[in-house]
Parts: sequence; C-alpha cells; structure tokens
Amino acid sequence: MAASVRAGYFGPFGGRFVAETLVPALEELEAAARDVMTTSPFQERFHALLRDYVGRPTPLGHAERLRAAIDSSGERLGALLLKREDLCHTGAHKINNALGQVLLAKEMGKTRIIAETGAGQHGVATATACAVLGLPCEVYMGELDVARQAPNVSRMKLLGARVIPVSSGSRTLKDAMNEAMRDWVTNVAHTYYCVGSAAGPHPYPSLVRDLQSVIGNEAKQQSMRALGRLPDAVVACVGGGSNAIGAFAPFIDDASVALFGVEAAGEGVATGKHAATITAGRIGVLHGSKSYLLCDDDGQIIEPHSISAGLDYPGVGPQHAELARSGRATYVSATDDEALAAVREVASLEGIIIALETAHAFAALRGVVDRLVKAGRKRSAVVVCVSGRGDKDLATLIDRLGLGGVS
Amino acid sequence: MSARLDAVFARTRKEGRPAIIAYLCIGDPDVAASLVIARALLEAGADALELGAPFSDPTADGPVIARASTRAIAAGGSLRATLEVGRVLRQTSEAPLILFGYANPIVVRGERTVVAEAANAGIDAMLVVDLPPEEGEDLRSAAREHAVDVIPLLTPTSAPSRVEAARKVASGFVYYVSMTGVTGSVAAHDPFDAAASAAERLRAELKLPVVIGFGIDDAAKAKRAYGGGRADGIVVGSAIVKAVESADKNVTAAAERAAAVIRAIRG
Repeated sequence: MAASVRAGYFGPFGGRFVAETLVPALEELEAAARDVMTTSPFQERFHALLRDYVGRPTPLGHAERLRAAIDSSGERLGALLLKREDLCHTGAHKINNALGQVLLAKEMGKTRIIAETGAGQHGVATATACAVLGLPCEVYMGELDVARQAPNVSRMKLLGARVIPVSSGSRTLKDAMNEAMRDWVTNVAHTYYCVGSAAGPHPYPSLVRDLQSVIGNEAKQQSMRALGRLPDAVVACVGGGSNAIGAFAPFIDDASVALFGVEAAGEGVATGKHAATITAGRIGVLHGSKSYLLCDDDGQIIEPHSISAGLDYPGVGPQHAELARSGRATYVSATDDEALAAVREVASLEGIIIALETAHAFAALRGVVDRLVKAGRKRSAVVVCVSGRGDKDLATLIDRLGLGGVS
Repeated sequence: MSARLDAVFARTRKEGRPAIIAYLCIGDPDVAASLVIARALLEAGADALELGAPFSDPTADGPVIARASTRAIAAGGSLRATLEVGRVLRQTSEAPLILFGYANPIVVRGERTVVAEAANAGIDAMLVVDLPPEEGEDLRSAAREHAVDVIPLLTPTSAPSRVEAARKVASGFVYYVSMTGVTGSVAAHDPFDAAASAAERLRAELKLPVVIGFGIDDAAKAKRAYGGGRADGIVVGSAIVKAVESADKNVTAAAERAAAVIRAIRG
C-alpha cells in the first residue's frame, strides 16, 4: 500500500492535516529534527541534560510484593519490573520530550514556547525546560484541568510560565490543544509549539517518539542486565500515548515482546463516558493527524471522560493506531474505579504513589498476565512504565479514596 | 473552473469591483434560519456563498466562528444539514456555493460520498481548512470526477514550494489568507495592501482568480484588499457571523443585520 511508505504516515494513520499557514513551520521543524537533532553536539547536550538534570537513567526495579499479590506462585508472573519515570525531575516522563523540544527550538532560533497540558505534567515539564534553557513559556490548560490539577498550576507559575485557562468546549486537554494551535497559527514566525504527546501533525508523532524512546532503550538494556533476556511484555497507559510509544518503540522489532497499551475506560466503555479511543473510537482527523478518535456520525468530537486529566483526550497518536491495526500491540482499558484501586494497591505494596494516568497500566496487569498465560507463556517477565508520580492527584485521591481525617 | 464561479469573476471584473463571498455558519441560530440569512446575503449583493459546515474543534477559527459552530451543532447543524441548505438554495439561485469545513466530518462520512453529495446538491467548490495539497487524495480525485473545485489556501508564510504544491491541485480560485492568525483576527499592521500584492502575483503565477479573506469586515478594508483589481474578490466571514450572533436568535433581525454587512461593503 502506497500510504504505508509516505513520510509522516504509519500505515493509513498520521499525516499533516493543518491550516496552510502552519505547513511551512512543520516543514522547518521536520528539517531541524532531521538535520539538527541528529548531530552529535545536540545529542551530547541532550543526553547531558537527561543525565545531570533529569536524573537518567531511571531505575528498572523489581516490584516483588505486587508481583506476589498478582500471582503468589510465580508460575504465571515470574518478574514484575517497574520503569521508574516517576523519578525523573518534575515527576513524570514528560520532561524527556520537553527538554528535547525546547533545546531544538532554541537551536531553531525560536524566542517563545507555547504548550498545552492536561494533567499539568507536560506543562510543568515545558515550564521547567524553558526555565533552565532561558525561554519564555505560555501554557494552555482547560479550566476543568486547572481546577483538578491545582498544584501543577502553581508549579508552572513558580517556574515563570504563564498559564492560560481555556474555557471553550469540554475545558480539558483537547480544548487546550485547540487554543495552542490558534496561538501558533497567529505567532508562527517566532513561536515554537512544544507538543506534549505523540500526536499532532507530522513530524510531532515521530519527534516525540524519538525523544521518549530513551524510556524503552534504557528498559531494554536494564532488562538484559536484570533478567538476562528481554521481557515478555511491556505495559503502559495511553492517552495521546507518549510514554507508551517511548516504552514500546525500541521493542517493536522484537517479536517476542508483547506490547500492551491501556486506555482510560472512565465510568465504563458502555456508558459512553470514557477516553478509550482505540477500544471504542473510529478513524478520523483531529489536531493534525488521522487516527482513531471519539466522534459522532457527523464527525463532531465527543467529549471524553477520565478521572485522570492526562488521559482525558478524544484522540490517540497515529503510531498507536497503526500498532493496533496491525496487531503488533494490544490495547485494553481500565475504568476510573480500577485505576483508583491500583493507586492504593501500588502505594501499600510498593511504597510508590503513582499518577492516576499510570494507575491504568497497573489496573490492567492481571488481565495482561491472563493473556500471556493464554498465549502459552509461563513465569512471564513484565515491564510496566511508571509514567509519573501521583502527588498532583492528592485532591482527587483524598476525595475518591476517603483519605481525609485521621482514623 | 465551475461555470458559475467563472461567470461571477467575469462579471465582477467587468464591473470593476471585487467578487464578494459571504461566509455563513450553517445551523446558527438554526438550520432553517441559515437558509433565510443566506438568501438575504445574496439579495444584499453577495456574489457567492461559503456554506460553513460546523465542526466542534475549529482550530483555524477565532472565537466568533468557534462560538457560532458550537451554537450550530447544538441546534442541529451538521455537514449533512449544510449540504441540504445548499441543495435548497440551488433551486432558486445560480450563485456559486462553496462548501467550507474541516476534514473530520468529511473523513468520517467518507471523502467520496461527501463529494458526490455536494455535487448532487449543486455545490460548485469545496474548501477544507485543514486539508493541505498533500492530503485528501480521495477527496481530490472524486472532486475531479464530479467537476467540483477544491480551493487551496495560500498565506503570507507560503514560500514558492507551497505555491507550487497548491498549483498542482488548484482549481476554481485561490483563497489568500491575509495574515497569520485565525478568522476574525485584527492584525497589528494593516495586512491588506501586502495581501493585494500577493494576490496579483499569485494570479499571474497560478492563472486563477485570487480572493482575500481573514479580517475583512468593512468597506475600507475590502477596498484595500481589492487593491483596484489586484485581487479578484474578498471573503467576509466573522463580521456576518457576529451580526447573526447579535440578533440573538431573532431570524428577521439576523438576516437584516447580515445583509447590512454586505450592503455596506458593496457600497
């Protein structure tokens, strides 16, 4: 099929569906990603920042108590390894991408950075990168997310960024992205749009994947050291899909490694109040690329729902759409309640307060192990990407898990 | 080029004035009202209509058209309703009708299906904001089969390579976006003289009429964009949508105020 080899396409997904005004900026970015990002001075600078500033490599550690809770015998689940992106500076994987892009923007001579954010993690990461690299930063954030992720709003402000609340549409991530695109089309000459997910028009899905692939590359080497072999499966949560694509990408050619993406089922896929794009969406065009998305028969975007602001997005990165279509990766979903239970379980068994986004990956673990057993695998070694820490979710956790007061 | 578009540009050129293309968000305040407003715009002197199919996430539009889109969807506006308005208008008017919208509703319904439906409804041209020349192969081939023009956009950021990309797929006319920004923006510096020069250059290069849109809301701006014939036409959008909004669902007032915008520009 001709489409599968077109630049910017993953099978029939991807492309560059944007207003003509933005096409030259995307061409410029594509050239910079090709000609600047690949040079050794850039790579050295980027990796020095990842090492000395972000704190990479992040550990890949055994989660033995959680493993035993899932399978006491060890016959089904032999090893459970956590890739600790929550230990990155700023508390989530988002910093890998933000630093890479802001560094690139600087090389391109851009003088202003804009970003969108859902949970606030990408906003904090971009504000951080802008602070350390010395560029002004403005972050668009849905009003609903401003309210439910208040600590991250304060962090961004403290880091010197301007947070712009977005009151249109569902007042969440997609609307923040709409406003960021409107800003970019207006100020395109000097402004760089730092996209936080592996979504958007070409080259963003590839650019973000390449910057986040440090997760999977490290995990691969660390698995070889810890296990003497590759894992049987890699599991990650998927909203737009940046931590997942970063964790998956280095394993895509390793056919023995099963890849599982976990979407947000919200109150249940059957209720319609969810963000499970691949599980229950259809093919369409949103925010510059063709992928699965949640929309009605007339093509109007359906407002998604998830307890986790970072997964509350009606689209998904085009490479995930292709991995799902081709069957290379499997996409499942977990509900709000299952995610909340997973936060509690991981905290009490492993002493790690994970983000609500990340919790979806853990909530799906027992199902993943069932699938591996059905596929004939025993004593599987499973890597879970701990995309971020949960401090930002405390208000939600206090409310939903009844953590208020002392008893 | 569609015969109807051809006729309009020939006539306005002869009359020494810009072709005036009026944009209307179909479904705001409701679909039946859009038909009334569309007819009022034509009566007031609009030479062609852009029938805007509302989309929930219109990233190239400013707040005026974004609000109208939200109202329109809530009131039953859709791609299908927009095509239906086109079909009914065509029964009594020979004015060129341009279907204006975003890619998703078209991709979800099927690019070939939508083009065929548009052609059957008497639509002359389509303008899909987020479909640059490299995308929408199915839509473009179906449009060629049905003799529906697909209008490319060019902008102040368009280097020669983008003009070349547009040339390969252009028919009907070229829509030149006066400024970097969303619809309804006010530019920091008056962009219309530069836009008229760009239009003149593009017309010579592409051998197609060039119309200028974005930010034109009165006769003075229309005049500068027209540049004494350097451009072939102008598009008025947000000003009309704002007039409709100001009438607060009173259809007669909406039609009257929208028509007044066109009359003021026709002079």
